[in-house]
Amino acid sequence: MATTTSTARGDAPTKGEGPVLSFEDLHVRFSTQFGEVHAVKGITFDVHPGEVVALVGESGSGKSVTSMTALGLLPANARVSGDIRVGGTSLGGLDDRGLRRVRGRDVAMVFQEPMTALNPVLTIGLQLTEALELHGIAYGTDASARAVELLRMVGIPEPERRARQYPHELSGGQRQRVVIAMAISCEPRVIIADEPTTALDVTVQAEILDLLRSLKDTLRTGILLITHNMGVVADMADRVAVMLRGDLVETGTVEEVLVRPVHEYTRRLLGSVPHLGAREDAQVAAVDPAEGAERRAGARTGTPALDLSGLVIEYQRLGRPPFRAVDDVSLTVGESEIVGLVGESGSGKSTIGRCALGLIPAASGSVNIFGQDVGRIGRRDLKELRRRIGVVFQDPAASLNPRMPVGDCVAEPLVVHKVLRSGKDRLEKVHEMLDAVELPRSTANRYPHELSGGQRQRVSIARALILDPELLVADEPTSALDVSVQASVLALLTDLQARYGFACLFVSHDLAVVDLLAHRVVVLRGGRVVEAGLREDVLHRPQEEYTRRLLAAAPVPEPHEQRRRREARHAFLAELGEEASVLRDVRGVSGRD
Amino acid sequence: MPDPTQPGDEYAPQPTDSGISPVPGHVMPEVTPGRTEDRSYSQGQLVRRRFFRHVGAMVSLAVLLLVVLVSFTSIGFGPVPGWWDKDFARAADLVDGGRPTLQLFPFALGEHPFGQDNAGKDYFALVMRGTQISLTIAFVVGIVSTALGTLVGALAGYYRGWVESVLMRLTDLFIVIPLLVLAAVLGRIAGGGGPVMLALVLGLVTWTGLARLVRGEVLSLRERDFVTAARAGGTGAVRTVVKHILPNAVGVIIVSGTLAIASAILLETALSFLGFGVQPPDVSLGSLISTYQSAFTTRPWLFWWPGLVILTIALSVNFVGDGLRDAFDPRQNRSKS
Repeated sequence: MATTTSTARGDAPTKGEGPVLSFEDLHVRFSTQFGEVHAVKGITFDVHPGEVVALVGESGSGKSVTSMTALGLLPANARVSGDIRVGGTSLGGLDDRGLRRVRGRDVAMVFQEPMTALNPVLTIGLQLTEALELHGIAYGTDASARAVELLRMVGIPEPERRARQYPHELSGGQRQRVVIAMAISCEPRVIIADEPTTALDVTVQAEILDLLRSLKDTLRTGILLITHNMGVVADMADRVAVMLRGDLVETGTVEEVLVRPVHEYTRRLLGSVPHLGAREDAQVAAVDPAEGAERRAGARTGTPALDLSGLVIEYQRLGRPPFRAVDDVSLTVGESEIVGLVGESGSGKSTIGRCALGLIPAASGSVNIFGQDVGRIGRRDLKELRRRIGVVFQDPAASLNPRMPVGDCVAEPLVVHKVLRSGKDRLEKVHEMLDAVELPRSTANRYPHELSGGQRQRVSIARALILDPELLVADEPTSALDVSVQASVLALLTDLQARYGFACLFVSHDLAVVDLLAHRVVVLRGGRVVEAGLREDVLHRPQEEYTRRLLAAAPVPEPHEQRRRREARHAFLAELGEEASVLRDVRGVSGRD
Repeated sequence: MPDPTQPGDEYAPQPTDSGISPVPGHVMPEVTPGRTEDRSYSQGQLVRRRFFRHVGAMVSLAVLLLVVLVSFTSIGFGPVPGWWDKDFARAADLVDGGRPTLQLFPFALGEHPFGQDNAGKDYFALVMRGTQISLTIAFVVGIVSTALGTLVGALAGYYRGWVESVLMRLTDLFIVIPLLVLAAVLGRIAGGGGPVMLALVLGLVTWTGLARLVRGEVLSLRERDFVTAARAGGTGAVRTVVKHILPNAVGVIIVSGTLAIASAILLETALSFLGFGVQPPDVSLGSLISTYQSAFTTRPWLFWWPGLVILTIALSVNFVGDGLRDAFDPRQNRSKS
């Protein structure tokens, strides 16, 4: 088995074999400056041929570390004990050379970020043939021909032309297809897919998952899927293993784990996944806009908090015509209203958020905040205006000054706008805000790097709300967070919105999250508004084809429903005249092996 | 078809930082919650901790402090008298042909531990005086050039546009003129004003490297989210730069400041050796070497002592800078965040 010759692994006889990848009592310890960290604490599980095992868990649970042991790719300060077997060979006894032989040929890897996993200065074709030649599978023109064939297998149109192109000339989804083509180039027994779709848009994610599913069926490869997205698990996995702080807390088939979870942690994890359409119109969590406005000290003025009309934003490019990121967008955020701005990457949603903060100038059109045109007022007025706007960014690690204690970070707006001059009053206000975001008061003396991601985002929210703003711009505030943390941060935001009654422009790519708290939804595509309206209408009774496409592609964490949705999506695509090209292509070549 | 005899080579892409990052900064709050409960480590504390554990830097720091202490206490400074009774300007009778009387076994200083020059002046007092002047010049240059470089770099990096163009072209202008020529001409003009004046002039011509480094740092920091968040919150430019950007560039600034001190010592030595630096009757380490270069064959100690001190100062300052760089290096302890 170990140094087997060219077994065509697509053949039926291989079916009866044992696991292609097995971990037995695996421990991983890291020695660090602060002592030893026990990252993986004795886990045991198998991956069989043609099977997808999903390893789920939150960040820091040790799931990526576990998968890296199968490639022997851990940093030097790691100690591994336990038995890892790839198709019967124990990796423990292999030297560097033996490990290199295993990597790529027996175990292949698909990474999260396709742009960084590909070498930007080599053509796609060259990178594919490199793997083939290194492992002695094909040389020269044979290798080139095989590379083109691989590209065709992963559903890349015009593979001959694409093979001569560089990674930056391809879209994100196509790049991930190339990475997958590299992974399958040596017909590995098992593919480790570490968050393969996390960096991709939801429609692209659905296509990549379709591709992986059909590939493992035709090639009978085992897939170890590492993900935090329960929807992806429901869509792909045969079996699921749930990791919590280095321990395996639950394993079972996808039905068992996702439908009838036993362990309390699994239940909690599943409970935190925002479910599209789960929010009934009756149980509106966020406050009704009109009611919220009443709660504010000042009476309603009737002016919308944010009013964009005919907004055009262009980025200047040297030697080329400017890039139009936002094209003629008009939208309004009323008082105490949450407007969800959704779209895929490159749709201009973040650009609009930044423009609303006065950070990017508008090329034409107007940005009115509380009735004042941001483009026409002076610096002093702009500063005054900013006192009434709060902002929360996506990455809490990047949006807090690493050299400032949390208390100072939160108090910063008070200092800048010269509110509450005495230190004692300020500290009191900071404590009040920390209470509001459910952080212990002692956090004020901490530094951002000492907090977890969720805690940091709470600090950002506290900073954004300390001046009691009338408008909050939240740019993907939960997409860098784990799902259970996301749930608590969203609950907090909803709660605070009800209490303080601020208007909110909520930018997100996650439809389920927007469904959870928005009053109105605006769908963007390529810098233009595709559809806008009340949340119930847009997300539950979408009119536009693009919105329907987005909704159909979002996976739900329930295997049966997800299967139904998947079939419905394929039917919908077929109806649009786009047969799922991937499936056709793969089936077209599947008879080869 | 795979050929098993063919040695497989690595093709699998290496894991990225984000794929696996068992970095303590990342894990620490999770694994040792009890520890962070009441104790808070700021970035500065972490840096200090790493710096104090850097053996080379700590030894060098001790040596440097010793040199400073000895040079300033021995012959005194300004009106303050020192514990060494001989004056660096007064000649005396030659003892043992002016040879150093320093003995290690058994330890004894003797009458003239570093010997005497051909006129009979006590060479220990002279070297101490030279060390004082050289150190003063080095630190003043270090401070002036660091301040100037930081200011220019921060302005250029933060404001961009024409401010950046003007400041950076000015920097280029300073860089294209050979430093030694520029310093020699300006030093000659300012030479009459004493060593501090000379140091200020040297500071005015050595800020360029730091300005470029700081500009680069600021350029990347100003695009970070926390700076955007500050600007979106209405923070003014000065406060943004001073409170948010510069504290995060402090590693680069301190490290190059230290290295600027080391190079200032060498620059001053070179200038004084060429006769453009400290003017007689005052001495610096460089001018001592220059003055007595012709006596090297007959009285080699007149060359060795100041040379040894220059070497000691330059090396230890460099080591301290090295230790600081290691301590500030984010790769030592932090994830990509």
